[in-house]
Amino acid sequence: MTAVEFLMLTKGPLFQAALAVFALGVLVRLVEILALGRAHNYAAPRGSAALGGLRTMYKRFEPDPGTFKAAPFDVVVGMVWHIGFIVALLLFIPHVELIKSTFGIAWPALPNPVVDAITAITILGLLAALVHRLAHPVKRFLSTPEDYLIWGVTFLVMITGYLAYHRLINPYPLALGIHILAAEIFLVVLPFTKLTHMFTAFVARYYNGATFGRKGVQS
Amino acid sequence: MTEAVLTPGADLPESSGTTQAAGGFSLARGLNALREEMDAPVASFFSSCVHCGLCATACPFFVETGDPKYTPIHKLEPMRILWEQEFTFWGKLKGVLREKLPLDKLGLDKHFAGKQVTDEMLAEWEPLLYDSCTMCGRCSMVCPVGNDIQYMIRKAREGQVASGHSPEGLVAASVRAVNTGSPMGLKWKTLDVQIRHVEQSTGLEVPIDKQGADYLVLLSSMEIINFPEYLEALTKIFAHAGVSWTLSQQCFEATNAGIQIGSKDIAAVLVQRVVDAAEALDVKNVISPECGHAYTAIRWEGPNAIKRAYPFKVFHIIEVLDQLRADGRIKTEGREDDRLSLHDPCNLARKSGVIQQQRNLMDLVAENFVDLKEHGKMQWCCGAGGGVSSNERAEALKLAAFKKKKAQIEEVEPDRMVTMCATCRTQLEEGLEEFTMDIPVIGLTELIADHLVESDEGTHA
Amino acid sequence: MVTASPHRPDGRPAPARQATLGESLRRNGVSRRGFLKFCAATASMMALPPSMAPAIAAALESARRPSVIWLSFQECTGCTESLTRSFSPTVENLILDTISLDYHHTLQAAAGDAAEHAREAAMHANAGEYLVVVDGSLPGPGANPGYSTIAGISNYDMLMETVADAAAVIAVGSCAAFGGLPKASPNPSGAVAVQDLVKDKPVINVSGCPPLPMVITGVLAQYLTFGKLPELDQYNRPLAFFGQSIHDRCYRRPFYDKGLFAETFDDEGAKKGWCLYRLGCKGPMTYNACATMKWNGGTSWPVEAGAPCLGCSEPDFWDAGGFYDALSVPPGNSGDMLLAAGAAGVAVGAGVGLLARSQAKGAAKQHQTVTAEELEQKL
Repeated sequence: MTAVEFLMLTKGPLFQAALAVFALGVLVRLVEILALGRAHNYAAPRGSAALGGLRTMYKRFEPDPGTFKAAPFDVVVGMVWHIGFIVALLLFIPHVELIKSTFGIAWPALPNPVVDAITAITILGLLAALVHRLAHPVKRFLSTPEDYLIWGVTFLVMITGYLAYHRLINPYPLALGIHILAAEIFLVVLPFTKLTHMFTAFVARYYNGATFGRKGVQS
Repeated sequence: MTEAVLTPGADLPESSGTTQAAGGFSLARGLNALREEMDAPVASFFSSCVHCGLCATACPFFVETGDPKYTPIHKLEPMRILWEQEFTFWGKLKGVLREKLPLDKLGLDKHFAGKQVTDEMLAEWEPLLYDSCTMCGRCSMVCPVGNDIQYMIRKAREGQVASGHSPEGLVAASVRAVNTGSPMGLKWKTLDVQIRHVEQSTGLEVPIDKQGADYLVLLSSMEIINFPEYLEALTKIFAHAGVSWTLSQQCFEATNAGIQIGSKDIAAVLVQRVVDAAEALDVKNVISPECGHAYTAIRWEGPNAIKRAYPFKVFHIIEVLDQLRADGRIKTEGREDDRLSLHDPCNLARKSGVIQQQRNLMDLVAENFVDLKEHGKMQWCCGAGGGVSSNERAEALKLAAFKKKKAQIEEVEPDRMVTMCATCRTQLEEGLEEFTMDIPVIGLTELIADHLVESDEGTHA
Repeated sequence: MVTASPHRPDGRPAPARQATLGESLRRNGVSRRGFLKFCAATASMMALPPSMAPAIAAALESARRPSVIWLSFQECTGCTESLTRSFSPTVENLILDTISLDYHHTLQAAAGDAAEHAREAAMHANAGEYLVVVDGSLPGPGANPGYSTIAGISNYDMLMETVADAAAVIAVGSCAAFGGLPKASPNPSGAVAVQDLVKDKPVINVSGCPPLPMVITGVLAQYLTFGKLPELDQYNRPLAFFGQSIHDRCYRRPFYDKGLFAETFDDEGAKKGWCLYRLGCKGPMTYNACATMKWNGGTSWPVEAGAPCLGCSEPDFWDAGGFYDALSVPPGNSGDMLLAAGAAGVAVGAGVGLLARSQAKGAAKQHQTVTAEELEQKL
């Protein structure tokens, strides 16, 4: 197989297949969660559950000062690479073009050097996160093979993207194909692993915020 | 105090060992109870956990022991396994593959076998779910993906009870609560003695079974035993403010061992008694005493345990006092001039939203009030709630967890601590004594009563 | 104009009777200075140090005119146009003049049987030493040969017969190199590339639609100079010309690096000459020498004219997504597929979720009430 054939395979049928697995899988996960439902709550509310839920969906982006003091590394590194990942995903020009062609919507992108720098930082952040996971007693204790798997597929997407952008793998169609393949692995693995937290975390935050909000506490 | 008070549970039969009755607790029943508890929030929480471990930093049991097994989310592992196996498409698919494919021949059986929830596992998790968790909910506030871990701990305890893996201390308290009306085995006659005492010392009437009163006052056994001054303070304040209230002989106990052990059935029996008493006296409001979990039990869990809304409102005494203050019905004189700080009970502040009220009341009577650095919804648990204080086995952990509170207190160096939960108060007193810190702990209701304007008292009485 | 070379009855080339390339060039009025300039350019194209230019000159001067047989199959003559459409006589077409182009049905005077005889004669006379240049793809052995024939001979038969005694094959243009437009989906004529059929001879692909004239002559020059085939990339293209991407040598590259892009063909960015990535430029994945050598005698090239690179020198460029879609855009309609998969996901999720819900409800039905009596037995 030539590099261009590989690129066309990853851009064409594999991309379609990965996207199908992703869309199907994520919706199965989300719908199966929501379909479970909740028991009716008979207690008189003190505050609005819905408002509390919506606020918490956003609020958990801001770590509370106590947590920051207790685990500054987790908070900083975690935020840095999550933001970096999302910026690289959504604000890199080739990705914007891809999203435009797939969903028909587009938004302004960032200049390439900015995305490049953010990507480099994100890769370092991911490496730091892995070292921390291996070294920190609680993280090491909790970690399962799945945790390392999802780290791996995330890292793979970032590092192959970086290599492709800098044309460090030759020929370029091979570099791009590897990056696209990594993204497809990410998409396929996502619905079957805790990578679903990309979506379910907002559901979780809503329920958390709604439970507390009902009691008049902003969680 | 009477002898009966000093030996709680004395009138109960001796322990009958661990033999299980036919149709008794079993793994199957425990798993069934866990299945009942699965809902959309639980599924969203388990789906979202990425094992970041930040919940550990919010847990006094982990922070003070440093043992990773006390990481809050880890305490839910059995429930998570059951959820994954039976409540996810992927888990079910794995189950089918496990049965249909010759995985053992392919050497893949290990990957698909997964962990099974066994009786041994539930036994192993019992201390994690009870001894090292007060259901304070602090972890639920910090989880970056928004997992309400405390919500799930409460549910997981249902499975522990039904499988027969709940701590003896809590089982005994539940039995006493159902059989005697009090988790400490305390009876009306004991309270009656105290009522007489209060009436003698204050010269005021303690209303009993008064039909149509505005407020039905509930008490906690611990308060009756350890802090009899609460009833006296309440009597004085209500007389001062002209509040129409009553006690009920039918039900005086506010606490709910069912909530602590994690049995909605036991909880429903106990809540029903409160509801029956309130409905019998046709009161408009029920006041939960200076006790955290009692308030959570009656205010939030109760209606769901009995599956209907109440025809009355439920307040914590602090809410009532702050309302009286706001209405100008409490007149105080003089202010404490020593340095006072406040411990927010988790159940009252974080889990019920009563945060500003106690501060309003403190402002009324304290010159030198200083808040602990993390307070209100982000306060740290004293380490005794959620049934830990009734669980003798957890004694050492309870003291360990207190060290976080101790550190918080040391930061602001108060002369005295004020709180509004008898369990917290007992824990603070015992803990501070253990570490030979000379910081008295007082109840907020008493503090308010101490500053009532004397001349007003007669007008309402 | 090329004519069929004289028949050589002995069947072997007679080098002594032929003028060398150097002589031929001088006869055609190319100065020594102009010739050396060409040699220096050739050296740089082949990534050789400038010190190699005299060696190239020496080699070229004494090189014999090799016999070349040019086969045109399923093609548009664009490659021949590219090679011959020069404004004035250049060193390139003089080089062409100096090869012995023994068969090229577009250019030769002979027709019909005479033309085919010329081919056979050249093959016979130069067996084992002649070069075969092919432009155009051809119906593969499994396809209907009738899609393309010359003088009643199928392209396949003609190719196989002609290459049998060739020294090497140069596939000129993307059709010959990779199948090109005829092979584009759904490939009605079953077109294949030369390298798919010729396995026992060296095949050099000079891809492009059309290829740069200088690249064609450059490959010939190198063959003449060193008597051996150039270093090739994974597609058997001479690395000297296909070693770098359009993107890497593009004069608009700084705009890409700064993130300045034209978004339409007439916006401010387009007028300012910004990067054409978002307009579908395939420069990043295209390996060719357009950006350095340019077209029409170094006048301009597509990107300089404001058109995105189509990637014409890459295999299957015709099917590699829309010409005006950015490189990152996948071919095909992902949107419809997403909707379908999403709908299926909702359906399956609802099914599974409701099943799980009934499981929880079923568990509630089996609920055995926990009583104080039961608990008491535990104590």
